[in-house]
Amino acid sequence: MLNSIPPQRFKAGDHVRVLDRPSIGHCRTPVYLRGRSGIIIGVAGRYLDPEKLAYHKPGMPAHLLYRIRFRQVNIWDTYTGTDADDLEADIFEYWLENATKENKK
Amino acid sequence: MSGHNHDHSHAPVSDMPTLISKYEVLETAIRELLQEHGLISAADIHAQIDTTESLNAELGAKIIAKAWADLAFKQHLVENPRKMLGDMGINVGSIAELKVVENSEELHNVVVCTLCSCYPRMILGAPPAWYKSTAYRSRVVREPRKVLAEFGVDVPDSTKIRVLDSTADLRFLVIPMRPDGTDGLQEEALAKLVTRDSMIGTGLAQQMVKSSD
Amino acid sequence: MKLERSNSERRGGGGRVVNDVGGLDFNAIDQSEHELTFYEKRVDAMLMVLVGNSVFRVDALRRAIESYAEQEYDGIPYYDRWMKAIRDLLIEQEVLDADAIEVRISEVCDRLEKEGLEVDRAPVV
Repeated sequence: MLNSIPPQRFKAGDHVRVLDRPSIGHCRTPVYLRGRSGIIIGVAGRYLDPEKLAYHKPGMPAHLLYRIRFRQVNIWDTYTGTDADDLEADIFEYWLENATKENKK
Repeated sequence: MSGHNHDHSHAPVSDMPTLISKYEVLETAIRELLQEHGLISAADIHAQIDTTESLNAELGAKIIAKAWADLAFKQHLVENPRKMLGDMGINVGSIAELKVVENSEELHNVVVCTLCSCYPRMILGAPPAWYKSTAYRSRVVREPRKVLAEFGVDVPDSTKIRVLDSTADLRFLVIPMRPDGTDGLQEEALAKLVTRDSMIGTGLAQQMVKSSD
Repeated sequence: MKLERSNSERRGGGGRVVNDVGGLDFNAIDQSEHELTFYEKRVDAMLMVLVGNSVFRVDALRRAIESYAEQEYDGIPYYDRWMKAIRDLLIEQEVLDADAIEVRISEVCDRLEKEGLEVDRAPVV
């Protein structure tokens, strides 16, 4: 039985927010980014799901991994660097939702 | 006395105490059992140690020097690292993807893995202890300018800092800025200016030392 | 060095797993370098070979370490943590038997002591 590949939800330039929800078990979405919004820089590829691989499961279906760029001032309440500073991380699609410009933070 | 766990600086091998730690005993026991069960071989272990020992920042420096000397190579390297390094005979491995980023007057990249210690081992060898430390992993995402200053890198406010958190299977290699006064240097000489830290982003390439004559 | 995990930046309903340290404050970074000891190289090699032979994925090793308590995660040196996780995974995967490991540990200790070496016989819990 094939795992059907779900359609790509986001593309470069989209504003997305990292879900602010608990993780169970192994997770590669850091807490400091949860609930934070950024911009999709691009698709990093399809990868087996580390949350399943961690428990000796095949990790299927492979999920889309996105490169996301966050402004540091949008991550930290008290960021002491400059306004232009940013941070990039690779986050799986199922940890993301659309963010409108109004509720970006 | 084994088991002092407060930092990663260890005494040189010749001063090592004769107390064998319980973890070293465990390693010996497991290795023997795995070999007896045919799951690993002594040859496997030795070959892997040899591979790890052979990988160090010199390979990275060679890549950086080539990128500095050949702008077309650099552009293609950023666009398709796997192919360009493959052409150099370097196998980036089947496990992780490599992304190459470039530092400039406008942008300074610095790499971390906040969740563990992911690192481009196939290019730079084993990561330094500080890279794996909770102190670096916790602080560089939140106060990169301060952390870089502690590493002796003062980034002006006019330069944007970008922290790259290796949360998934991508690994990152930084092309540091080429030092001034290096026009016309051959790649071999350029490579000598490239430090490991400059390829992580916690250091800059070395400046040219003015010759005495 | 007393290590504290401040919760002041803690967000997200589930709280933090022990390895998820981004944004916490762990004070000064020890920049000292040391060459890997032969033991550390052996642990590293064992991990690479086991992963290469598909005994388990590195994701599983990470998960094992992430399950440790804060004191273990912060207090046990890097490669010792890996060695413990390798053992835990091998038992979990039923590749090796926990009792057989204990028996062999005891034999290794006996062997080393016969050579005149001092051995920490405390169990790796």
